[in-house]
Amino acid sequence: MTQMTDPLLRVNNLTMMYGDRVGCKDVSFELRPGEVLGIVGESGSGKSTLLRSISAQQEPTKGTVEYHTRIDGVRDVYQMSEAQRRLLMRTDWAFVHQNPRDGLRMNVSAGANIGERLMAIGDRHYANIRSNADSWLGKVEIASERLDDLPSTFSGGMQQRLQIARNLVTSPRLVFMDEPTGGLDVSVQARLLDLLRGLVHDLNLAVIIVTHDLAVARLLSHRLMVMQQGKVIEHGLTDQVLDDPQHPYTQLLVSSILQN
Amino acid sequence: MLHAQNVGKSFTLHTQGSVTIPVFQGVEFTLSAGECIALTGESGSGKSTFMRMLYANYTCSEGSIKVFHDGDWLDITTASPHSILEVRKRTMGYVSQFLRVIPRVPTLEIVAEPLVALGTAREIAMDKARDLLTRLRIPERLWQLSPLTFSGGEQQRVNIARGFIADYPVMLLDEPTASLDAQNRATVLALIEEAKGRGAAIAGIFHDHETRDAVCTGSFDVTSFKVGAND
Repeated sequence: MTQMTDPLLRVNNLTMMYGDRVGCKDVSFELRPGEVLGIVGESGSGKSTLLRSISAQQEPTKGTVEYHTRIDGVRDVYQMSEAQRRLLMRTDWAFVHQNPRDGLRMNVSAGANIGERLMAIGDRHYANIRSNADSWLGKVEIASERLDDLPSTFSGGMQQRLQIARNLVTSPRLVFMDEPTGGLDVSVQARLLDLLRGLVHDLNLAVIIVTHDLAVARLLSHRLMVMQQGKVIEHGLTDQVLDDPQHPYTQLLVSSILQN
Repeated sequence: MLHAQNVGKSFTLHTQGSVTIPVFQGVEFTLSAGECIALTGESGSGKSTFMRMLYANYTCSEGSIKVFHDGDWLDITTASPHSILEVRKRTMGYVSQFLRVIPRVPTLEIVAEPLVALGTAREIAMDKARDLLTRLRIPERLWQLSPLTFSGGEQQRVNIARGFIADYPVMLLDEPTASLDAQNRATVLALIEEAKGRGAAIAGIFHDHETRDAVCTGSFDVTSFKVGAND
């Protein structure tokens, strides 16, 4: 089925320096369609820096990010023109922020939040946009009658689901997530995890998810990368890394989880 | 179907003064189609550890573990994560003692999932899941609920149903009959017999002699490969 497909994304020796300080250093990996990569590590370990550098939000000091585009084949993301890169970021890529306020426009309706991404790629048919937005609200389990409401009237969990709908409406192939379950209480988190896993499977999405929650990483990701001080210190099959960690820091991380 | 050669394993505990605990050395283990081999050894001897190594959940410190996958031998101690996930999806099933699932997902979906992942039509997978849950005496009123709310015995039966829904060529069973009553144990024994009948290669850890005697074609004592066993 999906075996032996070409990588969708290839990251080579990615390094981000802030002056003398290391953001992330010499990170290399590949990601295939349908594959979920988790990145874990403590605060300040370089997870978010790495995510921003891969997702074309912050040009790295060194290294390349190659992406298999739909039209032009494999392209170095930082060699594209600004316009090409912007198009990629709002069509084939999606970015789910920890805080929905960073990913939503709070002063326009839920429907407009979803429709905006469609209009950005040239959809001009109002009725189509509206029905598409409505169907996505359904997929993320938000009632249709909230279509014209402002996101600011939504709960945190609903805002997060709306952000996901806004991102996935253009059928992206690669989704970046930065602590997507971060500020949510446990029952809402479970619902979101269930939703995300379903969408990943149904849409064959490739996902890079940054989280500090090892339980979330276990349930969602196929592979896990552990970061410490900007470097990847362990990388492998998720359950292998969590159940039989080799690196001292990973062992510390895993043994520090509270049991319930 | 499965062939372990010269396998060794030690754990290094960096958080506890980097002490290294050697577990196994020189393990030779072969599992063929239609066989059911009991892994034996006293409690704490490493039966579950060895089984986890066979499933690539634990790494090996040395040696190789080859699985017959897609018409070829694949060494899971060196295979990529992607290949290991493919092996687990299509070739090797594992019934663990723990149920790890996303909260909120209905029992029926959890049981049907491995078959759906293999590309079987959803309705057929669901029918088979219903059939297995019925055989394992999980009341129908529970099927739409998450198994995380179930009792330990019920969770274990859900785990067994999930493990047996796909016809994996290789199956690893970690205490599948522990904490089951006589009727349900009989059902699990029947499931194991059916799997053997279709040619599955099975390795299992069974806590009671009756179960072992009833279904196993041979046994494998892991203690003889413990480090220091022959000193």
